[in-house]
Amino acid sequence: MFVTEPGSSPVLRLGAASFGYSDQVVVSHVDLSVDPGDVVALLGPNGSGKSTLVRGVLGLADHLGGDVEMFGVPRDRFTDHTRIGYVPQRHSLSASVRATAEEVVAVGRLPHRPWWRPASATDASIVREALATVGLADRARTDVATLSGGQQRRVLIARALAAQPDVLVMDEPTAGVDLASQHVLADVLHRLAARGTTMLIVTHELEALELIVNRIVCLRDGVIDFDGTPAAYAAHELAHEAGRHHHVHVTAPTRGDGRGPLRSPQVVRGRTGGDHA
Amino acid sequence: MPDFLAYGFMQQALLAALLVGIAAPLVGVFLVQRRMSLIGDGMGHVALAGVAIGLLTNTQPVLTALVAAVVAAVAIELIRLRGRTSGDIALAVMFYGGIALGVVLISRSSASSPANLTAYLFGAILTTSSSDLVIFAGLAVVVLGVTLSLRTRLFAVANDEEYARATGMPVTALNLTLAILTAVTVVVSMRVVGLLLISALMILPNATAQLLGRSFRTALGWAVVVGVLSSVLGVVGSFYAGTPSGGSIVLLAIAAYLVVVIVAAGRGRLAAVRHRRAERHDHEHGPDCGHEAVEHDDHVDYVHDGHRHAPHEGHYDEHAGHDAHVPTGGTP
Repeated sequence: MFVTEPGSSPVLRLGAASFGYSDQVVVSHVDLSVDPGDVVALLGPNGSGKSTLVRGVLGLADHLGGDVEMFGVPRDRFTDHTRIGYVPQRHSLSASVRATAEEVVAVGRLPHRPWWRPASATDASIVREALATVGLADRARTDVATLSGGQQRRVLIARALAAQPDVLVMDEPTAGVDLASQHVLADVLHRLAARGTTMLIVTHELEALELIVNRIVCLRDGVIDFDGTPAAYAAHELAHEAGRHHHVHVTAPTRGDGRGPLRSPQVVRGRTGGDHA
Repeated sequence: MPDFLAYGFMQQALLAALLVGIAAPLVGVFLVQRRMSLIGDGMGHVALAGVAIGLLTNTQPVLTALVAAVVAAVAIELIRLRGRTSGDIALAVMFYGGIALGVVLISRSSASSPANLTAYLFGAILTTSSSDLVIFAGLAVVVLGVTLSLRTRLFAVANDEEYARATGMPVTALNLTLAILTAVTVVVSMRVVGLLLISALMILPNATAQLLGRSFRTALGWAVVVGVLSSVLGVVGSFYAGTPSGGSIVLLAIAAYLVVVIVAAGRGRLAAVRHRRAERHDHEHGPDCGHEAVEHDDHVDYVHDGHRHAPHEGHYDEHAGHDAHVPTGGTP
């Protein structure tokens, strides 16, 4: 259900797209194309506009220029919302009233039926399946407010999965998640990637997702400054570092140069974390 | 048959109390969820101005109150949508302006007396005409129908507005619907509970129910039970004691809340004494974790080195079973 046939139109295509809030441009002239099966990490320091970019794609931030197409349909005419599974950045779920994990995940099914139709047995089984995928089948009837931060994040992923989307868009899924939960979360994402789920993951902690993503896009000051494979990204980071030390201008390697990292991944990873924390 | 049921007006009053007892907590839960518990109170203030205009112009006060409350509801939602900090002040001006205007206009009306004002503010179901009751009953049924059929969507929007928007739900329309449902509930309840007290019947049963239910669904069920018991028993009590129905109903709702709080606190203390935290481990138990899973009442225990770990909030509890393993943790 998550695998899109090869040869279909890109999941997402941005052509010189700009996003922001009212008249304030945050991200400008972004060219980006996400194809089915891509698992993209969207990196960038705080304030680089990575959240604004995905929020703009989802219609939560203002689209201020350029083209935005989802599944080949321009953003303003796109109505097939269930094809996009959004996992927002939230530190905790609202705890003002009780709500079980199952009840929160069931929200993901709502766009699939008209307002007057109650949930069917199929809806219920899809909700159970989504909870099982994120490893929370045994917590279906637990009040989400009592779950840990990482478990709550997985509930939000399950809610997105329950919509049976063709692409998952996640905003900082690993932020503020304890270590035990981060392993489970990485396993969940790994499982989804292995199934061929297209994912666009906004993050500033590449470390936790390193083995899952097959493409890295890096935003700096509202423009894309790198787009390529994880291996090319490691080389790019090294070049960046060298450039900073020796005041030499280095052009960024482009996507898919296929070379391995120049130094051990451990070292590169350490710097990446420092740069983007 | 209890003697109070012999009176026609009492039968009508109880029917009205029943409908209000169901509708108020049902709409109120979404206000609690959105942390807007006091908004119904503000709408009640504005509705009083509507009542006054009705009395002065010899129009049905129910209709003018309804118009005033709905206009206030839409205004509140629009102010909230703009998200300005000055919105708070705008609401204060509207709410206090409403009640002040209501009091002043009613005092100028020849058709009213101080007793009349009290009836609107604090409820006087036993003196309400049957034609009014028919209108109230009709409106209450509409509120119930709309709220019940939209409840999953209202829940979704209140739970995570951003997600709802991203999935293409008509968020603004749903928020406006909730605001209007609240306004109609306020007006429907004004003769039973009164404009100054109606918010209590929307919120208090939900506060009680949050301690009783373990899911949104069951908590909502409890809220309706508490709401109906308070409103029906409150009306019966006011019949015998000659007290205003609104005050009696709200006092009962508060009593129910206090009883549940005390019982819950007692049980919580008992659970804390018996609560034994399992040793800390970075491993998270789950269906595929390799530890044997054992169904235990409403949750699943995992057998960990011969003792049982039960998930509790962010950690695991020791559940006594196979052996008397000494826990390492203390009190929660």
